[in-house]
Amino acid sequence: MKYVEEYRQKGLVTEIAGQIAAKIDRPVTLMEVCGTHTMAIHRHGIPEIVPRELRLLSGPGCPVCVTPTSYIDAAIELSRREDVTLTTFGDLVRVPGSSTSLERRKAEGADVVTVYSPLDAVTLAEQRPDRQVVFLAVGFETTAPTVAASVREARNRNVENFSVLVGHKLVPPALIALLQDEEVNVDGFICPGHVSTIIGARAYEPIVNEFGAPCVVAGFEPVDIVAALAWLVEMVVTGKPEVRNAYTRVVTDEGNTCALECMYEVFEAVDSAWRGLGAIPASGLAMREAYAELDAVNRFGLKMQEVAETSGCLCGDVLRGAIEPSDCALFAEQCTPEHPIGPCMVSSEGTCAAFYKYKLRR
Amino acid sequence: MCLAVPMKVVKREGERGVVELEGVSRDVALHFVDAQVGEYVLIHAGFAIQKIDEQSALDTIQLFREMLAAGAIEQPEELQPEDRGSP
Repeated sequence: MKYVEEYRQKGLVTEIAGQIAAKIDRPVTLMEVCGTHTMAIHRHGIPEIVPRELRLLSGPGCPVCVTPTSYIDAAIELSRREDVTLTTFGDLVRVPGSSTSLERRKAEGADVVTVYSPLDAVTLAEQRPDRQVVFLAVGFETTAPTVAASVREARNRNVENFSVLVGHKLVPPALIALLQDEEVNVDGFICPGHVSTIIGARAYEPIVNEFGAPCVVAGFEPVDIVAALAWLVEMVVTGKPEVRNAYTRVVTDEGNTCALECMYEVFEAVDSAWRGLGAIPASGLAMREAYAELDAVNRFGLKMQEVAETSGCLCGDVLRGAIEPSDCALFAEQCTPEHPIGPCMVSSEGTCAAFYKYKLRR
Repeated sequence: MCLAVPMKVVKREGERGVVELEGVSRDVALHFVDAQVGEYVLIHAGFAIQKIDEQSALDTIQLFREMLAAGAIEQPEELQPEDRGSP
């Protein structure tokens, strides 16, 4: 049964790729902005199935990758405090800051704990009242509401030794920044499925209305992705951009309003620095004044200082879609998944890691 | 990082519940969905972020199995046993 289904899907993917080839009458560049899309596209060899006129780019879709060095450095500064236990999702610990990584700090004896949920960090703080437990909150709109709910829980449960270093980013403002970047040439976006679960398909309307770039929300199966590409190519070719939703089984127009309310009760949108893209207006989240005492920046008097990126690492240009990983001199030479130099190689869903895993083999 | 896994609600008490898939069950926060016992939800970072109909859930679970078997994704944490030492 499984093989029948797979065959059917393959047939369907090839058929849709044929439709794209029939429609496309000029070079078209489309970008996805989701690490899971990056992985799925390369795993299924989609760039090789679609016509040559269609160029697929990976954008800033990996939250760990877009987190600037200044954030990592602030976390490393916290790790040097005797009283602090850092809690984080797994990927972040390997990202190099300007001097070291959290992984190395942990090997040196710093208290760094990987958690599955931000709520686990609140519980850990309850269990260890002698420690200052700080949660390193990175991630897009998919993750931010879960952190917001955990902040509310910490307050409701009077957990006074819990705080959050907020590094959340918002996807739509970054897409707008890319469209305004003269070095980047993107005709339309494959929008991230699970970010859209929270923000809803309608969140991309400004991108269509103000910048004329079509947006299609897509799931993660090869058919989902190729169907989204076909819609996007059609809209680019006909010059009639819209927001379309190819992932209706989990994405609505409005998104999850309950999660959004929680997110904006605790956080507010602020200008924020992205690795590679620089500062983007209203593209990040910060703790609202009402929750200021739960903000690690206030509690520990942290300063986020902008620092230059590692010399030679072109991660920033990869994240903007300005170059491909193989255009970087470090790629697959000094920089490999075993010895990553930049975050795009560190994270398993980073563009460089995906290229290394799937493209190098071909 | 924005990976989300469909799992079935087997218990709900207020904003807390238990979800299950492939014989693995985990505690989950249900702040953001009104899902009841027997319904499927998408789980991300210990929270249900959306309700999902049963057929879509089963399709997605099958896709996960195939992607896992092909080594295309790492075992989602949702499907790992919960008692791994650290919280």
